[in-house]
Amino acid sequence: MTAFLTLIIVLFIAIAIWQMVKIFDLAQVGSSNSQVATEKDNTINAYLMMGFLVFIYAITIASFWYLGDLPLMSNSASEHGPGLDNLMIISMILIFIVQTITQFLLHYFAYKYKGEKGRKALFYADNNTLEAIWTFIPVVVLAALIIWGLFTWTSIMNVEETEDTIVVELYAQQFNWKARYAGEDNTLGMANVRLIDIDRANILGVDESDPNAQDDVITTELHLPVGRPVLFKMRSQDVLHSAYMPHFRAQMNCVPGMITQFGFTPSVTTSDMRQNPDIQEKVANINSIRLGNKEKIEAKGQELLYEFDYLLLCNKICGTSHYNMQMKIIVETQEEYDAWMKEQKLFKDSLTK
Amino acid sequence: MSAHADTHAHDDDHGHHHKETFVTKYIFSQDHKMIAKQYLITGTIMGVIGVLMSIMFRMQIAWPEEPNVLFEALLGKWAPDGVMNADIYLALVTIHGTIMVFFVLTAGLSGTFSNLLIPLQIGARDMASGFLNMVSYWLFFLSSVIMIISLFVEAGPAAAGWTIYPPLSALPMASGGSGMGMTLWLVSMAIFIASSLLGSLNYIVTVINLRTKGMSMTRLPLTIWAFFVTAIIGVVSFPVLLSACLLLIMDRSFGTSFFLSDIFIQGEVLHYQGGSPVLFEHLFWFLGHPEVYIVILPAMGLVSEIITTNSRKPIFGYRAMIMSILAIAFLSTIVWGHHMFISGMNPFLGSVFTFTTLLIAIPSAVKAFNWITTLWKGNIQMNPAMLFSIGFVSTFITGGLTGIILGDSALDINVHDTYFVIAHFHLVMGISALYGMFAGIYHWFPKMFGRMLNKNLGYLHFWVTAICAYGVFFPMHFIGMAGLPRRYYTNSNFPLFDDLTNANVVITLFAIVGGAFQLVYLWNFFVSIFFGKKAEQNPWRSNTLEWTTPVEHIHGNWPGDIPHVYRWSYDYSKPGHDVDFVPQNVPLMDGEEELQH
Repeated sequence: MTAFLTLIIVLFIAIAIWQMVKIFDLAQVGSSNSQVATEKDNTINAYLMMGFLVFIYAITIASFWYLGDLPLMSNSASEHGPGLDNLMIISMILIFIVQTITQFLLHYFAYKYKGEKGRKALFYADNNTLEAIWTFIPVVVLAALIIWGLFTWTSIMNVEETEDTIVVELYAQQFNWKARYAGEDNTLGMANVRLIDIDRANILGVDESDPNAQDDVITTELHLPVGRPVLFKMRSQDVLHSAYMPHFRAQMNCVPGMITQFGFTPSVTTSDMRQNPDIQEKVANINSIRLGNKEKIEAKGQELLYEFDYLLLCNKICGTSHYNMQMKIIVETQEEYDAWMKEQKLFKDSLTK
Repeated sequence: MSAHADTHAHDDDHGHHHKETFVTKYIFSQDHKMIAKQYLITGTIMGVIGVLMSIMFRMQIAWPEEPNVLFEALLGKWAPDGVMNADIYLALVTIHGTIMVFFVLTAGLSGTFSNLLIPLQIGARDMASGFLNMVSYWLFFLSSVIMIISLFVEAGPAAAGWTIYPPLSALPMASGGSGMGMTLWLVSMAIFIASSLLGSLNYIVTVINLRTKGMSMTRLPLTIWAFFVTAIIGVVSFPVLLSACLLLIMDRSFGTSFFLSDIFIQGEVLHYQGGSPVLFEHLFWFLGHPEVYIVILPAMGLVSEIITTNSRKPIFGYRAMIMSILAIAFLSTIVWGHHMFISGMNPFLGSVFTFTTLLIAIPSAVKAFNWITTLWKGNIQMNPAMLFSIGFVSTFITGGLTGIILGDSALDINVHDTYFVIAHFHLVMGISALYGMFAGIYHWFPKMFGRMLNKNLGYLHFWVTAICAYGVFFPMHFIGMAGLPRRYYTNSNFPLFDDLTNANVVITLFAIVGGAFQLVYLWNFFVSIFFGKKAEQNPWRSNTLEWTTPVEHIHGNWPGDIPHVYRWSYDYSKPGHDVDFVPQNVPLMDGEEELQH
């Protein structure tokens, strides 16, 4: 049906073009046959320039109105999140000031100085003071942004492992995620893809002889206790993947042959986030959309109603099912986390003998 | 060094035409004007394919997994019952990127206008080596053909993204497209790079050696400066991509481990050990980032020339414009790491690349301010070329500004590889460079084909394209900030993104309309070649030397002596002259001072 509609739209556009060509050709009879802009062309296009300026402002406002209120832009769920969001907001404000002014000047000048017969342009080729000014201003502004950005970056990336830190391995494969917790000793056992033994259910290639590996725990859901720093050690067994956790402002590639890392401290539990009014509004909105698409969603075997959860997404093209490589993240209290952890099988018990 | 006196020695051979056959004139031509046209037509055909692909995958994003007659007709077995499958979606995305970046905006833009304008604007009879120039085009043609053939192989075309990161691109078992499709992709690119290098060397040699008498470097039009510097960047960076492609071919076919290590796939451990995909990323982006300047600098040159001509005013800050081209060129080779902030490389490197990346905003800002000041108190002639040039400045600013966010390593963490990136680079280098190319075509069409393009169709083409370009890419920033990753076949597995569905439909509608209106341009272009109004010698009343050549193309460009140059190319509306332009070959009047620049 959509395809049919699309085709009809394309057809109408084609007819419209054809008609407009005819109109333009008729309009040209009588005027000089030249294809160079006339004074009339200058005037019409000058007004269109101002119209276009309005369009740019309108689409900016519309985008903010309909899309700018996405809770993902605020409500970060990690301790470094608010600092990053502030930098983002400052950068955005700066961008929109510059954008508004320069687009105005560009289109306004195009309108104001439209060509007229008998007028001569100003012969104005150089002004070193002006050049110096608009070199200097960006230098100062960018220097401030660079310095602020670098402090933020360094504080996020330089993770120090303390006693309190939980070490978790994120393991990527086409097309799913696994998490491996370090267990009681908080030390991950050695691992390498060469040690993978499918028959013994050693799917992550953990070294069975390593004493540190015995109490490791492998899961398909990521549980994190709130307020405790977590350090992810990332591995991939086949191609590049990227562990993207947008709510936590966290992302790092998983690279076969090396271990990458990223650390943060979750600051809001899943259940608290579900109570957040912004999130509730978003969820309600999504559910009303989903109710409208009821048949299609049920045909796919998905649950109809959406409930908020943190997610880990793959964000580096990794093959056919890249679009569905995800893992649920649950942030909970220390007690809930401990209770959940107790239910999990230790690595040494998970092997089939 | 400034001028080349020897050009007069050749003045004898131009007059009598060599007997030219159809083959030497239209196919294996060594004339730079014909080669320019060949580049343009080939680039246009590739562009149509690239844009059509983008419209198909936009339809899939807007109406995921729904049958579509277009898919059924064009994709065949890849769209059973008219539903696009996930593999071909990734392949379309991949080939769209490859074609648009390399075949349209590198070869189609730079190849066309460097070839056309370098000899004509510096006052040379032809390129330094007409033969190499011909070889360069035919290698480009060959690589285009191979790329097209790769679309039809059994297991599908390359589908690892245009950046072809290994191991995905190296292992046929990781992706169907990484078999024969990827082999052809790599062969095609290797040939493309050879073509590009031959072309670039030719441009550099020609600009340095064949300038006419009086054409000092500080009298060169900015177009030539842009082409010259672009060619230098190409020579510096393209060989690195060639080596990356060759190493990848060796990993794929000869069992080496440059980019691969510790891989377990489909139930078996592969033998690779010790390589690193991050190394490939470094090599790729060492070309990949300068590549965006290879794309945008020629467009900047064309736009500078068109804005000054149509404003009837000298370009503002000629010297600053040259300095900023040089600064951009230099910085472009030391910023590649900003594509790799979260690749796993040392975070300290990220800090360094943030610093160099944000520096590049400074010369870019200078250029934008200079263009705007050139408009100020001008007498602006709204020819279609001028509209596209103003549009260029507009999209370049909009797209460039968000570079401040992406270039900042901390902010990149959360928007990396989302639609925010797509929005940014499409506006700043995709749409902008395309506008530069359109501007160039509208402006120099009379020079290329001796006929005029229909201006009203040009206006229609510009305004619809301008609105659709913003309509497509502006909202994408917000979708990206909402966290939607790029290269997802469908978002229906993430209820989280359900509220973006409508925005995606709107974007796709803009894309369809914008794409359809390119037909207006194609119609105008092909019809005007044969039936357009005959052009005058200098329709835009321009100062540069190409407009002193006759409308009918002749081998050697000028029927008599090559004109000498007495002034820079920006004497528009100069006080003391009756007309508002003074071509470069007009000697200074008594007592007239040349502007010190």
